[in-house]
Amino acid sequence: MTTRLITALLTGSSLLACAGAALAQDKTLTIESWRNDDLAIWQEKLIPAFEKANPGIKVVFSPSAPTEYNAALNAKLDAGSAGDLITCRPFDASLDLYTKGHLADLSSLPGMENFSDVAKSAWQTDDGKATFCVPMASVIHGFIYNADAFQQLGITPPATEAEFFAALDKIKADGNYIPMAMGTKDLWEAATMGYQNIGPNYWKGEEGRLALIKGEQKLTDPQWVEPYATLAKWKDYLGDGFEAQTYPDSQNLFTLGRAAIYPAGSWEISGFNTQAQFKMGAFPPPVKTAGDTCYISDHTDIAVGLNAKSPNADAAKTFLSWVASPEFATIYANALPGFFSLNNAAVKMEDPLAQEFVSWREKCKPTIRSTYQILSRGTPNLENETWVESANVINGTDTPQVAGEKLQKGLDAWYKPAK
Amino acid sequence: MSVDDQPIKKPFRWHILVFLAPAFLVYTAFMIVPLAGTLQLSLFRRIDQQLVYVGLDNFRMLFGDPRWSVNFWNALWNNVWFFIIHMLVQNPIGVLLAALLSSPTLRFRAFYRTAIFVPTVLSFVIVGFVWKLILSPLWGVAPSLLNSVGLRSLFAPWLGKEEYALTALSLISVWQFVGIPMMLIYAALLSIPDEVIEAAEMDGITGISQFWKIKLPLILPSIGIISILTFVGNFNAFDLIYTAQGALAGPNFSTDILGTFLYRAFFGFQLQLGDPNMGAAIATMMFLIILAGVAVYLFAIQTRLRRYQF
Repeated sequence: MTTRLITALLTGSSLLACAGAALAQDKTLTIESWRNDDLAIWQEKLIPAFEKANPGIKVVFSPSAPTEYNAALNAKLDAGSAGDLITCRPFDASLDLYTKGHLADLSSLPGMENFSDVAKSAWQTDDGKATFCVPMASVIHGFIYNADAFQQLGITPPATEAEFFAALDKIKADGNYIPMAMGTKDLWEAATMGYQNIGPNYWKGEEGRLALIKGEQKLTDPQWVEPYATLAKWKDYLGDGFEAQTYPDSQNLFTLGRAAIYPAGSWEISGFNTQAQFKMGAFPPPVKTAGDTCYISDHTDIAVGLNAKSPNADAAKTFLSWVASPEFATIYANALPGFFSLNNAAVKMEDPLAQEFVSWREKCKPTIRSTYQILSRGTPNLENETWVESANVINGTDTPQVAGEKLQKGLDAWYKPAK
Repeated sequence: MSVDDQPIKKPFRWHILVFLAPAFLVYTAFMIVPLAGTLQLSLFRRIDQQLVYVGLDNFRMLFGDPRWSVNFWNALWNNVWFFIIHMLVQNPIGVLLAALLSSPTLRFRAFYRTAIFVPTVLSFVIVGFVWKLILSPLWGVAPSLLNSVGLRSLFAPWLGKEEYALTALSLISVWQFVGIPMMLIYAALLSIPDEVIEAAEMDGITGISQFWKIKLPLILPSIGIISILTFVGNFNAFDLIYTAQGALAGPNFSTDILGTFLYRAFFGFQLQLGDPNMGAAIATMMFLIILAGVAVYLFAIQTRLRRYQF
């Protein structure tokens, strides 16, 4: 039995070796990634599309577990055994790889011009001179609502803040639905779905975010405190016991049809589509007065870069240019509704909810989460503090002013803006 | 042993070394070396990708810099409160349960003993999630149970309220671990010889006063052991808080204990990168606190406990 097994294994491996030899004239590119959920999409859709257009280049998608990715990748890069293409985490993790010389500079890659500066900001050096990964996808914040409930109560999606709170009042008065599904127990919901969702309208997106990094604005300025004041008003519209409501609780409250509005990130779309039995719609964060420019958080999340020591750099660059093309964007965005292409070219998507989210890019100015770039490098960590303070403000533990002061004090303790 | 059959020269007993070696090696490799490594790590700091010896600078930062010290004292006080609840609730209940269990007239003793001990062998993760669900204001059974006895107004989202969260978690931990003091005291009660009890009965000491005057003094050493086990366990606690409240130990750090504080510092969290050196400094402080507590117990309390030989 054992002998037969060994024979079989030997035969198998020699066959594989033959196959390898036959393919030797082709260049094989390996992609390192943490998205093992996407394996099927790569193997069935993306890679065949690329190989068809580029005969002579083979691509292998080889993901590892998300929690192990950073450590495994670093070890492989140091040992020189990493794949040709590296999937990039946003901001400091990838920047670190670039400064260590593991990622190649891709600023002049053909196709890079298809991306806006905001899209590229997560994978650039602090001065913005070098870009080292091709942006793949982002997630957009907004509000998903129960369209059946809205119809029943005669509410239209609110465009301004006054309309937003009027709608919430109406839902509350009716009493059939919890006006808004959000809890403060897990903290990050309050910060990510709350503060970073509605905030860009106050601090004017990129303008405020960059001014904060330059030190021209402070977190105690009105445009940074006001979103907290608005968040504090949400308290009355959340479900009973929201202080102990967790993120999955909020998701379930909404998909079970018990809540009317869900402060969301677009990554919820595919999950909600399968869970919810009612019609859903989405609206962007309401502006203060009608006609104001709207800003949305279009947060860059995933990109792909080139291993600086790759022997197949030319083939890899061909692949990266293809990743930067509208064709890739269309396939990717449709396979994963809610993960939006960062490409400037408009991508046609089938999912109506995803279409609604992405349509805001045309009328609103995109920005990324204010705390992600540079400002969360030190201790205390601004992102983590923002989680705590956003929850505190909604719980009523801290006033908006106090929250702003605490955050600015923590930031001042280690961050000295470049003059 | 008689004098004449004593051997002239005892052969060296190699088998003792051989039998000790595995435990000694494993203990050294997995306990002593990491402990020494942690202590060493706390004296260094990474400056420009280089590990530099900085003496006690990390500790100066931990206590001198308000960014760290505020968190540290908060975590320490929360930990003390966590311990107080255990001492005031878990151990008295454990003694009481043991006393009830050892009562000779009790039926279904094995069932009670098992039922009360079962939570102790459950994983923290299960306990954390189950209690989160029980206490959930949305789907939990706690609100509806209180409602059925007309006390719905007493319900609050305890785990989400700054003033209650830590106490609620301490009580969950008490629920989980009450089986341990119960078992130890139960064993101690069973080991009291019948003659002592009978002698007490002859002298007319029965019932409650028998417990206070005879049994309690005899189980005091066990209570001492339980207290020190509780102390060590509480100051090393981490899992329950982490599974129930997350690494940020919300709301507003009100459930942050030394274990979660260490975790955030050492491994980092979300966008915060880990700082192994500050983490090691915190771990060293935890080690010293536990060492001090155990030393106080060993030298000040245990030596004064009276032991009875039967």
